[in-house]
Amino acid sequence: MSNGVSSLSSETTAVSISNLRKSFGSLEVLKGVSLSAKEGDVISILGASGSGKSTMLRCINMLEVPDSGDVQIGGETIKLRKSRRGMEPADQRQVDRIRSKVAMVFQSFNLWSHMTILENVIEAPVHVQKRPKAECIAEAEELLAKVGIVDKRNQYPSHLSGGQQQRAAIARALAMRPQVMLFDEPTSALDPELVGEVLRVMRSLAEEGRTMLVVTHEMGFAREVSNRVVFLHKGVVEEEGRPAEVFEAPKSERFKQFISSHR
Amino acid sequence: MDFAFMKETFLSLLSGVPLTLNLAFTSVAFGTVFAMILALMRLSGVSVLAAVAQAYVFVFRGTPLLVQIFLIYYGLGQFRPALQEWGLWIFFREPYWCAVLALTLNTAAYASEIIRGGLQSVPHQQVEAARACGMSGFLLFRRIVFPIAVRQALPAYGSEIILMVKATSLASIITMMEVTGIAAKLISQTFRAVEIFVVAGLIYLIINFIITRIVMAIEWWLSPHLRRPPAVEPRLEAAHV
Repeated sequence: MSNGVSSLSSETTAVSISNLRKSFGSLEVLKGVSLSAKEGDVISILGASGSGKSTMLRCINMLEVPDSGDVQIGGETIKLRKSRRGMEPADQRQVDRIRSKVAMVFQSFNLWSHMTILENVIEAPVHVQKRPKAECIAEAEELLAKVGIVDKRNQYPSHLSGGQQQRAAIARALAMRPQVMLFDEPTSALDPELVGEVLRVMRSLAEEGRTMLVVTHEMGFAREVSNRVVFLHKGVVEEEGRPAEVFEAPKSERFKQFISSHR
Repeated sequence: MDFAFMKETFLSLLSGVPLTLNLAFTSVAFGTVFAMILALMRLSGVSVLAAVAQAYVFVFRGTPLLVQIFLIYYGLGQFRPALQEWGLWIFFREPYWCAVLALTLNTAAYASEIIRGGLQSVPHQQVEAARACGMSGFLLFRRIVFPIAVRQALPAYGSEIILMVKATSLASIITMMEVTGIAAKLISQTFRAVEIFVVAGLIYLIINFIITRIVMAIEWWLSPHLRRPPAVEPRLEAAHV
């Protein structure tokens, strides 16, 4: 079932995680989760709060370091080692390099408050990827135009609405020319009337064929935009498959309950 | 009040202003560097370093600056042979360097707490966003953590600079002829304490007025994000990238 991906996407694996485990203190949040995304996949990760979906996403770029299991990005396994405080990345430079190819969009936008929108967008391309500044500015303006806020480029995040800030954050993620994009509940902090503008941008990214892993509560997005749905419950994958299959004929009782409570 | 005399006093006290400013800014400059090291030690997560920094702050913030000046100026004289051996006596026999050292050590203790507060106030999510972009170590500090911390710490740091300007008056006790030193000398010649100290106070007031204005201007320049957005989009390139 997990191979039921659109036949258009190529067969290269963009992200693969296997048997991830993660505990916070005595609470085991991930109990052996595996998932793989091919290039062009748009995977919606669903689950109740506390199911471990955000933790799983944050393990992909090592914002959380798993206690055990492997994370592979573009075929490269992130090296981990034991330290006194648990596991840690063995090679910070490898992590930094991988992070610059895996962009993340956060629930609370997390734009840098002391920089203008344009400065936010060009920060990582100029200072992490060391690309020429003029080229980055030109590209940033294109991206801001694409998400519809190019007129805000010289304003500061605090001057923008939540929806505009999240679109700026998406432009910041795109500016890194990422191979994979991670979205951690990108619309959960938004007022209901602002959700649509962000989802529209995300839908257009999916249509471009970008590889996206999206933790979300937006059932419409999961059903219509993604080509695969993963349902997490208490740290394990309870249900996985094409949206048409899992929403029409859910096998797991938990997922049935979850869908009916989110209708 | 004899205004002609006060004017004359004002002019003679002005000759002490360069030394007052010199002591204040030299010690603030050295003190800031030292304070940064102390704050980073405190936040390093290495318990030995944190404890050393904490003990340092406890001692230098908990004892009077005048006592510290006396200890350095008079106290170190007892160790003259040893200091001569290490080649440090040229330094400690000068009241100027003793004053600078005492002021530096003192301001470093206060400033390290201000800097620590600034660093701790940096929102965790903004740091996380930077990490997720591939920033770490010094790049992360230089581009994200430090600029945000400075904006938080600047108002308190402005007060600390003003405190240091006033603290330089204590250097007059160890023969430094800054504003207060010259004032004390004039009083011993004329016995007109009120006029002279009023004028001396006025000079400190003027200096500190200018410093507050400068700090306010820097704050204003650093915080466009806290002001209302411009009504019309100005055609400007990105400011201070």
